[in-house]
Amino acid sequence: MGELNFKYDVLKNDFTCAGEASGKIKRTLKDLGFDSNLIRNVAIAVYEGEINMVIHADGGVITCDISPEAITVVLDDKGPGIPDVDLAMQEGFSTAPDNVRQLGFGAGMGLPNIKKYADDMLIETQVGVGTKITLKFLVK
Amino acid sequence: MDKYFHSVRLDTSKCVGCMNCIKRCPTEAIRVRKGKAKMIHERCIDCGECIRVCPHHAKYAERESLTSIVNYKYRIALPAPALYGQFANLDDINIILNVLKRMGFDEVAEVSKGAELVSHATRKLMAAGAFRKPVISSACPVVCRLIRISFPELIPNVVNLNAPFEEAARLAREKAMKEHNLKAEDIGVFFITPCPAKITAIKQPLFGEKSNLDGAVAISDIYPVMLQQMKKVTEIENIQHSGRIGVGWAVSGGEASALLLDNSLHVDGIENVIKILEEIEDNKLNNVDFIELNACTEGCVGGCLTAENPYIAKNRLQTLKKYLPVACNRIGDDNVPHEMFWQKPLEELPVMRLSGNIVDAMRMMTDIKEIQKMLPNLDCGTCGAPSCKALAEDVVKGYASINDCIFMLRKQLDDSEMESLIPAPYRKEE
Repeated sequence: MGELNFKYDVLKNDFTCAGEASGKIKRTLKDLGFDSNLIRNVAIAVYEGEINMVIHADGGVITCDISPEAITVVLDDKGPGIPDVDLAMQEGFSTAPDNVRQLGFGAGMGLPNIKKYADDMLIETQVGVGTKITLKFLVK
Repeated sequence: MDKYFHSVRLDTSKCVGCMNCIKRCPTEAIRVRKGKAKMIHERCIDCGECIRVCPHHAKYAERESLTSIVNYKYRIALPAPALYGQFANLDDINIILNVLKRMGFDEVAEVSKGAELVSHATRKLMAAGAFRKPVISSACPVVCRLIRISFPELIPNVVNLNAPFEEAARLAREKAMKEHNLKAEDIGVFFITPCPAKITAIKQPLFGEKSNLDGAVAISDIYPVMLQQMKKVTEIENIQHSGRIGVGWAVSGGEASALLLDNSLHVDGIENVIKILEEIEDNKLNNVDFIELNACTEGCVGGCLTAENPYIAKNRLQTLKKYLPVACNRIGDDNVPHEMFWQKPLEELPVMRLSGNIVDAMRMMTDIKEIQKMLPNLDCGTCGAPSCKALAEDVVKGYASINDCIFMLRKQLDDSEMESLIPAPYRKEE
């Protein structure tokens, strides 16, 4: 298909490695010569999503599909799921526990930020099973 | 001049082709070929890490000798404030400045003066909201070169003012022309430099057609001569005219603290600088007003052309600064003079990408992934590339062969025959 795929595992509560997947995706997009604005949007959105997986889920998998027209990133986790997606999308809404907030995370801006930086965002979630977020970034 | 001029050079007679520099280079700009290090010139940012790490002293910085100043009728020395931290038991900066005058310089112009002017100008511009936040300092030429090849998205955040040594040189030349009725070309302005990057910045300026300086002399070259001369100075003329702000620029944090902000950050050491630039790029530092970045450990006192340990130099500067006024130089109440700004903007230099065409680059990336799967991923460097990924890239670009990897070569031979010849860590059996 001429598409490039990358797959990264994300571990639960491992803040030492948090950001590794988004960092590697950023590096790859830079090597490929994509527009720096687009790269920045992908990096910011995927980092937010990756941190969400570290904090909320039992880890998960990030896959990145690259084509000359679009970058598609899927963040797939086995976690608690999101009971009320509309509420989770509100700026400032957070369920993060205190110990996580003390690390500077959990400000309730994760999902709204992801939406802001992606051209398309699809959330598929089931309570007790997990959440799958599909992000699309169009190459303009 | 060569588009990719660099002051960082290789003495091939000393190079043994070891792995030290290729592993340490932050932009993966070195390979070993035919038993010698080979630079990929467009990637080099003149950070001097290879000079620092080479155990054979094969890497060096091309620079002017002290005698080259005689080519000019009137000579001006521009000491970097880092020079002040090189001498033990020194209690007056004036001694250093007077020694320079005894060594054949007609005038001494402190770079710390220029630093105070740049600090004042930056304060004014930041108050007027001239830059995108977080504002990034541009004083370290390595950082500017790194941003243009690896972080072009951050160019609007960079302070577009000339570095202190350029500003000090401009003012010193103007003053000499006026006071001594000299032509610009009669005057030789020499920076006493702590690092190779500033030599490159003079020879191949990023922000204008021509530098205000004529050359650079390394602190490490002038240091032994100064030590000899210091014993001979009897009368000390009081010519020092810069304060804590200007002298403070020699050490990481000096530039940031000169802005009198409550919310700034200073980072030193090239690896740390790269990590912070990644964070800025990911929007994680949008709440910080100003970020000072220095490629060398502890800032300019850590430059690879200094004579003293950076921490010791830092300590000495702390003592020297104690009795100085806060600052002695400012730019006046008007707007920032246009001469202080870059003549041309920092431009992206996309040398790290695989190809100028995304479809081609994707094809190359697919091949790189396939080759990487075959390689041992030990990053041993024996192939001459810094990592297995770098070798895979070189293979796809046509610069290397997959059989440059000794483990790939081994696969072509019969395993059972070869086992005893393989180094112990990689044998399948004891």
